[in-house]
Amino acid sequence: MNGTVVRLTYRALLGGRRAWLLLLMSVLLLAMAVLLRVTVGVDHQVTADFLGAVAVAALVPLFGLIVGTGVIGPEIDDGSIVYLLSKPISRPRIILSKLVVAAAGTVLFAAVPTFVAGLVMSGTADRIALGFGVAALVASLAYSAIFLLLAVVTRHAVVFGLAYALIWEGLLGSFVPGARTLSVQQWSLSLTEAITTRDLVSSDVRLAVAGVLLAVVIVGATWYAGQRLRVLTLAGEE
Amino acid sequence: MSPSVLSVDTVSRWYGNVVAVNDVTMTIGPGITGLLGPNGAGKSTLIGMLAGFLAPSAGSVTLDGTTVWKNPDVYRAIGLVPEREAAYDFLTGWQFVLANAELHGLADPGAAAKRALATVEMEFAQNRKVGEYSKGMKQRVKMASALVHDPAVLLLDEPFNGMDPRQRLHLMELLRQMGAEGRTVLFSSHILEEVEQVAQQIEVMVAGRHAASGDFREIRRLMIDRPHQYVIRSSDDRGLASALIADGSTAGVQLDDGVLSVEAVSFLRFTELLPRVARDAGIRLFEVSPTDESLESVFSYLVKS
Repeated sequence: MNGTVVRLTYRALLGGRRAWLLLLMSVLLLAMAVLLRVTVGVDHQVTADFLGAVAVAALVPLFGLIVGTGVIGPEIDDGSIVYLLSKPISRPRIILSKLVVAAAGTVLFAAVPTFVAGLVMSGTADRIALGFGVAALVASLAYSAIFLLLAVVTRHAVVFGLAYALIWEGLLGSFVPGARTLSVQQWSLSLTEAITTRDLVSSDVRLAVAGVLLAVVIVGATWYAGQRLRVLTLAGEE
Repeated sequence: MSPSVLSVDTVSRWYGNVVAVNDVTMTIGPGITGLLGPNGAGKSTLIGMLAGFLAPSAGSVTLDGTTVWKNPDVYRAIGLVPEREAAYDFLTGWQFVLANAELHGLADPGAAAKRALATVEMEFAQNRKVGEYSKGMKQRVKMASALVHDPAVLLLDEPFNGMDPRQRLHLMELLRQMGAEGRTVLFSSHILEEVEQVAQQIEVMVAGRHAASGDFREIRRLMIDRPHQYVIRSSDDRGLASALIADGSTAGVQLDDGVLSVEAVSFLRFTELLPRVARDAGIRLFEVSPTDESLESVFSYLVKS
């Protein structure tokens, strides 16, 4: 990891309006949780459905996409990444520094609010909040790594990322059961299933398989992003 | 400063079917080298390969014998001033140069940043954001970021683009200073006047090929001592054509549909010859216009020779 790369990335990512937009979405999640608690009262199934559908299935991948591509995509687009690459720093180390910022951002803006929303709706009962909090945390890491890789590989990372999140995880998952085996969302929900003490969620993937797949994806995507950055071609303006 | 040498050895680079750099071999040593060529000649591609941001499709690019591609260690010796403007606009000039010093892992990044900003005379604006700089100021702060680790090699891609005359002079002075210190400085430009004012050595590229190499006198001579085409309008085109043919100093005289075109052997001799021949024959010249003066035609002549 390189402290300067982390600092530059963090300032580029969270300077300006993006931080406020992310914060607004986190606050919105919390506001919805409060609203449900006030109108519906304490209903653990509602908590599970809400956190599963809104937080883990929508907010976390969306934040992972915005933040994961945002830590490197704009720099590659405008060419300013040349100032990082023309230094005696190994490219995998640059990727690792970027990943730290992306993961921290996604955890802070998506996973923490998910956990807090769980607390608001169900308190500490049945470890529901913890279960979804951990799922959101792990999914944050995985999405950050995947979308960071995507931003290094293609200039259309946001489009492909959206397609993956919406079509693969959202649509295909509901019609093709097999697709769910290869879904970050299902892997992280298997953690929720294991942590919560009441039968509120069911994941299609067994815990051990999910754990291995998550580790493989996080480590693999980060490693491959480093390799791709080593051969990143910066086209001239000719 | 130990002298560094960049070697380009039978290097080609193609993108799909397009050949951007075609079998180029050159050696760039200490002092200032200008890479001259029209837009699209492959200068940026070549600098990209020298800077380690593009893999040669064939051949090799080395710095003092070490391969540049996929070798981040070479950046201890290379300072790069890219053509593109983007440079962390949200940082102040000071923060930007300091960050570059830190990224190099220098022992005292603060002192290095201070020295680099002083070299380009940008201390007065170092607390303003890079995004608020004028083009010339941005160029200077980019230069400071490239100089912060005191590199033996400096690569600049079209550094004079968009600069006003005063900024241009300042940068030229800076480059001369870098060259005098024994650094290997390479900059690209499509303007001959710019290149010949600072560069001791000029490498000319045209359409991806290495067209000519030499000091500015040789390059000038190559550009002047070549057949020039002129279209002439006078009070008596036919008479002038006969007079020029009779004189025999021109390579060719043509009169088509009332348009007199003349091919001169040497630019300098022709500028003396034409007025003299016209005066002796009592013919008035209305217009003498070169038909092939564009830089591209000069360069394409160089490629053919």
